[in-house]
Amino acid sequence: MDMSKKKIETKNISWEYAAAPESSSHIQLKEKYDHFINGKFEKPSSGKYFDAINPATEKKIASVAEGSKKDIDKAVKAARNAYDSVWSVMPASERAKYLFRIARLIQEKAREFAVIESLDGGKPIRESRDIDIPLAAAHFFYYAGWADKLDYAFPNRKPKSIGVAGQIIPWNFPLLMAAWKIAPALACGNTVVLKPAETTSLTALKLAELIQESGLPEGVVNIVTGDGKVGAEIVGHEGIDKIAFTGSTDVGKLIQKTIAQTEKKVTLELGGKAANIVFEDAPIDQAIEGIVNGIYFNQGHVCCAGSRLFVQESIKDIFIKKLQDRIETLIVGDPMDKNTDVGAINSKNQWETIQGYIELGVKEGLDIFQSSCSLPKSGYFIKPTVFTGVAQSSKLAKEEIFGPVLAVQTFRTVDEVIEKANNTPYGLSAGVWTDKGSKIFNLTSRLRAGVVWANTYNKFDPTSPFGGYKESGFGREGGLHGLSAYLKFD
Amino acid sequence: MNLKKTITIPDFTKSPSVDQVGIIERSSRFQTRSIKNESKIQALKMVLNMIDLTTLEGKDTVGKVNQMCYKALHLHDDYPGLPTVAAVCVYPSMVAIAKEAVKGSGVKVASVSTAFPSGQAPFSTKIDDTKYALDQGADEIDMVISRGKYHQGEYNFVFDEIAKIKELCGAQARLKVILETGEIGTLDDVRRASDIAIYAGADFIKTSTGKIGSAASIPVTLTMLYAIKDYFIKTGIMVGMKPAGGISTSKLAIHYLVMVKEILGEAWLSNEWFRFGASSLANDVLLQLEKQRTGVYQSKDYISID
Repeated sequence: MDMSKKKIETKNISWEYAAAPESSSHIQLKEKYDHFINGKFEKPSSGKYFDAINPATEKKIASVAEGSKKDIDKAVKAARNAYDSVWSVMPASERAKYLFRIARLIQEKAREFAVIESLDGGKPIRESRDIDIPLAAAHFFYYAGWADKLDYAFPNRKPKSIGVAGQIIPWNFPLLMAAWKIAPALACGNTVVLKPAETTSLTALKLAELIQESGLPEGVVNIVTGDGKVGAEIVGHEGIDKIAFTGSTDVGKLIQKTIAQTEKKVTLELGGKAANIVFEDAPIDQAIEGIVNGIYFNQGHVCCAGSRLFVQESIKDIFIKKLQDRIETLIVGDPMDKNTDVGAINSKNQWETIQGYIELGVKEGLDIFQSSCSLPKSGYFIKPTVFTGVAQSSKLAKEEIFGPVLAVQTFRTVDEVIEKANNTPYGLSAGVWTDKGSKIFNLTSRLRAGVVWANTYNKFDPTSPFGGYKESGFGREGGLHGLSAYLKFD
Repeated sequence: MNLKKTITIPDFTKSPSVDQVGIIERSSRFQTRSIKNESKIQALKMVLNMIDLTTLEGKDTVGKVNQMCYKALHLHDDYPGLPTVAAVCVYPSMVAIAKEAVKGSGVKVASVSTAFPSGQAPFSTKIDDTKYALDQGADEIDMVISRGKYHQGEYNFVFDEIAKIKELCGAQARLKVILETGEIGTLDDVRRASDIAIYAGADFIKTSTGKIGSAASIPVTLTMLYAIKDYFIKTGIMVGMKPAGGISTSKLAIHYLVMVKEILGEAWLSNEWFRFGASSLANDVLLQLEKQRTGVYQSKDYISID
């Protein structure tokens, strides 16, 4: 048929978004942060401090206390005291009031928390403002509601608190992970010693200020800062009854070795290498969105990131083209700009790790696609990257990169893709994209992953349990299941 | 250059599926874009220049149409250097009046046709309706599709109608095809109807008549933009987009531009390829432009209503 159209001239138009920086004038950051022990800020016994660096500018924004065994001893003692004398014997409905108060205070200070989270960790302000901070408050609200209803959560099982929980959290969602750990622990009547990751201590310390303001009894929450050595002191400490760790699989294995033959309970939320599976009958444009959110959300620093894309071979070409078009529209740069989609890599170390994988992919001869965006001159930034034609046996398909790097593989049949998706030591999450409901149920029951999202990705809610299969860890956080990790039963 | 191309007509029962949750999520991302300072001023001027200033009422008169046409050429003379709107949109009976009123200005005259707004008329009537508008000098035809036939599954009927009207438009007029998405139903249907209109020869696809409650929305427009994009990827041929009805604030209009830029690209950011069907949007844009220029909001009384 004749499709000739009236010839219309297309003008050359350029419309760029002007800078839209979020103001940081309203935040209050101290020059120096001490440990938070027994309701007070205490100088580190070592007298040493380390720098908190803004990864987008490489500039120092504060000094943070370096923890040691002595500090952990003090914190555990304070937590034990608070557990024995106040928190475990307080009526549960009273405990709930404190948690509700903390939740409301987080909401009140949401803007300040969001700005500090982005300054300290490099994530776009859009994400810290719309996701991290609101979800952190939501976790406190959710678990506050459970505090006086534990008998109904576990009928006839007489749930009891455990004691002192040692909690070690990662740098990818600093405040949110603190909330994931602290809220259920406190709701169940435990006290905590928490260590934030050394590159992102600030929002945990702001949370300490907020906890002070909330009037929470002294010693119920203690926060000690420092690196992995401080974490090891927590793990090995005799006065701690339960370890909750989120971080790398290697450290998770080390923790298990350390606590073997002790009474300590443990939950581990470790790495992942999730398969995001797109069938030819999927709503393609929405699947592209899901793939992009799955891997470039928080610069790919997400344990459940959809880092392996399996696309059915029949739609590979159009899918990759559209994926590339979409990646070109991602705005990469200043985390404080409200329009930024992909911010700064969290630390120099992580930047080097990711670069190493990208170089490896290039050396292996894989097809690489990177956004043509320009990167800021200073700071740790990496362009959103896609490798196509990746083999199941390639390191890029096997190892967790924890950065904005997507490995694309193709498949032909349902059985094949399930086999390939499960062929990994990890099993934290997976995604399925298809218009056919029966296919979704078939896959969700056969994929060995703690969370399987269908026609969406990276959806989090405090009511929903989260955790892994295999080397992605064990125990669940969130929801009813998240309570049992902080309870013992007769 | 030979623009003729042979394009295979797809099976419209197999139009790509659309996931509503995903569409809404993507839509909300456009609305978190923060457009400031010079990019805002540029956007506001683009919006003005993309408006089809519209009057489609039973009580339309020569006087009303003339007044609206004057406004189309003189949006706000206190602000030097403003563009005109893209077009004025009227009923066929008013085309000659409008044509005379905007003569020489570059502003186009668009006429609704094919028994607008319901489209419930014999095909011969629709042809006469369109021929009349063209004879009167319409530069653009805004036709409605037969939604009843669509719901009866008679996609070929809908297709043939559009193709025939397109043929009548010839080289004189560009054809906008109104899907009336509020009557079409789900986003899957919006996608299918878009595909039908595009393959049948639409120069623009348009959301709504403005005559029913449910008018243009970002999710519906996004679904239609994806259809345009897929067609462009396949054929290299651009198709325009016109959301109509329900867009009355500058902020919302700017978020439409954000969506067009991020889905189709900047090539679509002119009134050759993107229009707003709106009657009250222009005045809100003028208020915002004055705010950017003077730093204060002015009383609405400083801006003429039509």
